[in-house]
Amino acid sequence: MLKGFLRAHRDIVVPTDNPRVVKYRAAPVKGKVGIVTGGGSGHKPAFIGYVGRNMVDAVAVGEVFTSPTAKSFFDAFRVADGGRGVACLYGNYAGDTMNVKLALEMAEDAGIQVKTVVANDDVPSAPPAERAKRRGVAGEVLMWKAGGARAALGGDLDAVISAAQKAIDNTRSIGIGISPCTIPAVGHPNFTIEPGKMEVGIGHHGEPGIRVEDLRPARDMAKMMLDIILPDLPFERKDEVVVLLSGLGATPVMELYILYDEVEKLLASHGLVVHRPYVGNFFTSLDMAGVTLTLMKVDSELKELVDLEVDCMGLTQFGR
Amino acid sequence: MESFANQRGFPVIQRVIAVVRDNAASLSDIDGAIGDGDHGVNMSKGFGMAADRLTDASCSLSEGLAVIGSVLLTEIGGAMGPLYGTFFRAMARESRDAADIDARVFESMMQKAQESVVSLGNAQVGDKTMLDTLAAAVEAFRASRRDGLGFADALCVMMKAAEEGKDSTRELVARLGRSSRLGERSRGLLDAGAVSCWLILTAMGQSMMDLLV
Repeated sequence: MLKGFLRAHRDIVVPTDNPRVVKYRAAPVKGKVGIVTGGGSGHKPAFIGYVGRNMVDAVAVGEVFTSPTAKSFFDAFRVADGGRGVACLYGNYAGDTMNVKLALEMAEDAGIQVKTVVANDDVPSAPPAERAKRRGVAGEVLMWKAGGARAALGGDLDAVISAAQKAIDNTRSIGIGISPCTIPAVGHPNFTIEPGKMEVGIGHHGEPGIRVEDLRPARDMAKMMLDIILPDLPFERKDEVVVLLSGLGATPVMELYILYDEVEKLLASHGLVVHRPYVGNFFTSLDMAGVTLTLMKVDSELKELVDLEVDCMGLTQFGR
Repeated sequence: MESFANQRGFPVIQRVIAVVRDNAASLSDIDGAIGDGDHGVNMSKGFGMAADRLTDASCSLSEGLAVIGSVLLTEIGGAMGPLYGTFFRAMARESRDAADIDARVFESMMQKAQESVVSLGNAQVGDKTMLDTLAAAVEAFRASRRDGLGFADALCVMMKAAEEGKDSTRELVARLGRSSRLGERSRGLLDAGAVSCWLILTAMGQSMMDLLV
């Protein structure tokens, strides 16, 4: 998989001395804070698809649904460090947390300054009182976008960390699963979603959601998801939002647009203004059918960061 | 005999590696019920890589533990790579300077292994993790020593406690890691990490008893 990716995107991404670490071909960018992330495989375009200009400098690559090793995180820090430190922006999973923790110790020994932001945008993964336990899902893309843009605009490590933290603090996500996914090494799905049913609040590896319901039309699905995430931040009338609607891998992109139409109509009915929508496969779960809906409330700073040009496999955007 | 030479400890390493590889499929099945079903695959991969690097039978117990620990830490990601990696490295570090492994040395090896796992994973007893096995085993070994039991008898008590600790996870609700998302649905099923920890401690205990004869 990695080999093919590196061939196909050699204009952006190159291998490193660690076969489980890839980097932006211009990294380390001298004088720029390095942006690093990492995670288990199976989420294409995440994580390596976000390596590129004004985005992520290096990625630690794990096995399918398995955190990369501490050494890979450390090697990613090493190749991303352009002399102004490294921001490690990752998702809240037990394995990633432990490996990053060990990698931070290695970085300290090596004299590389690293600070972290942990994404926890998945609303159904824990109640509001236990927000720190929530997992990171598709909102991570917006965290990388904000952090990557701040670094590209010359921000120092603290400014990059604060931009990424602000992005994720203002971001909420929810998933709906329609069919399960199969880890290739296991060979069969390890959870089930009966035909005609959907799991509301499913996690990015098939973690159980809030409830199982009969499959419903797009409008009902949109309402169901918004009813859960809107009050959580909360998003309020006149707020401007970035919307990211991602397929989970096996849902036709055509269906995402059907759902997006319903999402934007409902947002308008709540008085919310869409600053920028993203619709496509941004953060998937192998061959799972379903979607994640992510909203980020934006102010002038986050709008500037989101709107900055970006060039990577997962997201290409020109300035406007 | 109440100790064995560190330099003669290689059979312990072989037994530990074998038990993980032999139980790869069943560990994955246990994990599949409440985790993502790859615990056995990942563990077996790591211990297999360690086996490939451990071809010299004159390798000491501490050296073998260090190799397993470093392979798990550098080659196996996920949560189990770092947890078992620090577990074995702590055991290696704690025994490195001991010419003979006696009950006192083994107690401190177990103690340090537990401390490393807790400090990395932030688990508590009762969270339905490998710590439920490990903490029970460490406590039982310590108590047996305090009660004046010899090394071999204390190992027996330790293995029994590890099994009970493992079995205790069946009635617990997961509070950490991926399975915590299941809440009540995780009750009634064993935790895969607790099972692998029991297998490892049992292999360690039995092979050490063989060396004590």
